Amino acid sequence: MLKKRIVAALVVREGIVVQSKEFKSYLPIGKPEIAVDFLNQWGIDEIIITDVSATKYNKEPNYDLVKKIASKCQVPLTVGGGISELSHIKKLMNSGADKIALNQSAIYNEDLNTKAAKIFGDQSIVVSIDSLYKSGDYKLYDYLQKKTLDISPIEFAKKMEQSGAGEILINSVERDGTYSGYDKKLIELICNAVSIPVIALGGAKNANSMIDVLLNTNVSAAAAANFFHFTEHAVNISKSIINKHIPLRIDNMANYQGHVVNEDCRLSKKDDTALEKMLYVKIEKEII
Amino acid sequence: MTSTKQKIVIVDYGVGNVYSVYNAIAFLGYKKIKISALENDMREADSIILPGVGAFEEAIKNLESKNLIPILNEEVLIRKKPILGICVGMQMLTEGSYENGWHNGLGWIHGKISKITLPPEYSVPHVGWNDIIINYDSPLFRTDQHNRHFYFDHSYHFDADEKNILATCDYGINITAAIYSNNIFGVQFHPEKSQINGLKLFRNFFNITSC
Repeated sequence: MLKKRIVAALVVREGIVVQSKEFKSYLPIGKPEIAVDFLNQWGIDEIIITDVSATKYNKEPNYDLVKKIASKCQVPLTVGGGISELSHIKKLMNSGADKIALNQSAIYNEDLNTKAAKIFGDQSIVVSIDSLYKSGDYKLYDYLQKKTLDISPIEFAKKMEQSGAGEILINSVERDGTYSGYDKKLIELICNAVSIPVIALGGAKNANSMIDVLLNTNVSAAAAANFFHFTEHAVNISKSIINKHIPLRIDNMANYQGHVVNEDCRLSKKDDTALEKMLYVKIEKEII
Repeated sequence: MTSTKQKIVIVDYGVGNVYSVYNAIAFLGYKKIKISALENDMREADSIILPGVGAFEEAIKNLESKNLIPILNEEVLIRKKPILGICVGMQMLTEGSYENGWHNGLGWIHGKISKITLPPEYSVPHVGWNDIIINYDSPLFRTDQHNRHFYFDHSYHFDADEKNILATCDYGINITAAIYSNNIFGVQFHPEKSQINGLKLFRNFFNITSC
């Protein structure tokens, strides 16, 4: 059975992973290779890394950075930002990317999508769509011009599927970094419009948000950025909680049985008597 | 104990995620890995990896234009070198594919590649982690694995009789996960992106060479 995926979506700005809020403010978090190493070791299912400064400064993707990240990443790595030509895609694949994400190019250079799918296969093309909910309607949002376009993200997703996209990453701009939960209505509209897999992004607060979107929409994957950075054991604990409702890929000995998790899905400290009685079991490192 | 000194060549035919494959194999400690399209490297290799991420036509066209097909035929069919095809690399081992019109493959394994057609509740491409079911005892899956999930990402699949199908997975229909014929192995999933299970599979494959 195909498992739903828990995806980390990292936003990179000028070489640094940032916390993004509503596409307006950015707080530095740290080096991308360290974030990726951490996520990989804790058993994330997939990583999407988007450089939001590349296109802005008219730069190509940062191939050296992708190489550095890829050497720490044993799960699928999707790279977006600054891709405007086929040669960029080829260089990314040679630097350790497994898939690429198109955003600006998808809007303004649709041809690239089709050409890329012909060469690299539709399965390696993710189209990343930013949607803004404004006066009762969903509109496509251009993050560079910082404005909404008179295009429906749902129609746009359909068009992208026809022109060669293999997956849709749908992000809600007004929910980005707000911990207000996913926009399930938007996500379901997108899922119903296309037959390719859809990845939900924007607004995840904790494991409960992911359970909600995975149970109540047809998404293939739930993605988050910020809360993975700021919560203890975030990937592992989230997956162990979600797995009680939706089967996930679990590849880890830690099941958090007997641990107290608070209402925010965060691990609570055990009480002192429990800590005193704690027994440590040595697990031999598996040699492959 | 396995030898990490064997010569491994990752065939660079222009559209694979070669660096990802390199990273995974290097992680296992192998020292002599080459990403190459040179005849000499194919001749000297102990084992060959045919990676994949690409459309079939582009992949096979590039193998042709780099003049690699006669060399691979000799090394694999006559000198019996172990080869592992990944994703479209696996698909190329077959008679051919209907992706963007019919294109001939290497023809080493009987069967053809066709589009995955499924009821509307299943999205295509088939993307994500799926558990595989193993049909035959094989050195490729020798290591004991309690959960056999691997990462898949494909829109086309190997659709043929069961003789050469080593493993399948369930996605509404049985999707071929692995094929084989003697020294020729192919996996539809991406071992280089399947964390521990993928690393184990690579180790098993390279141990075939060491035996």
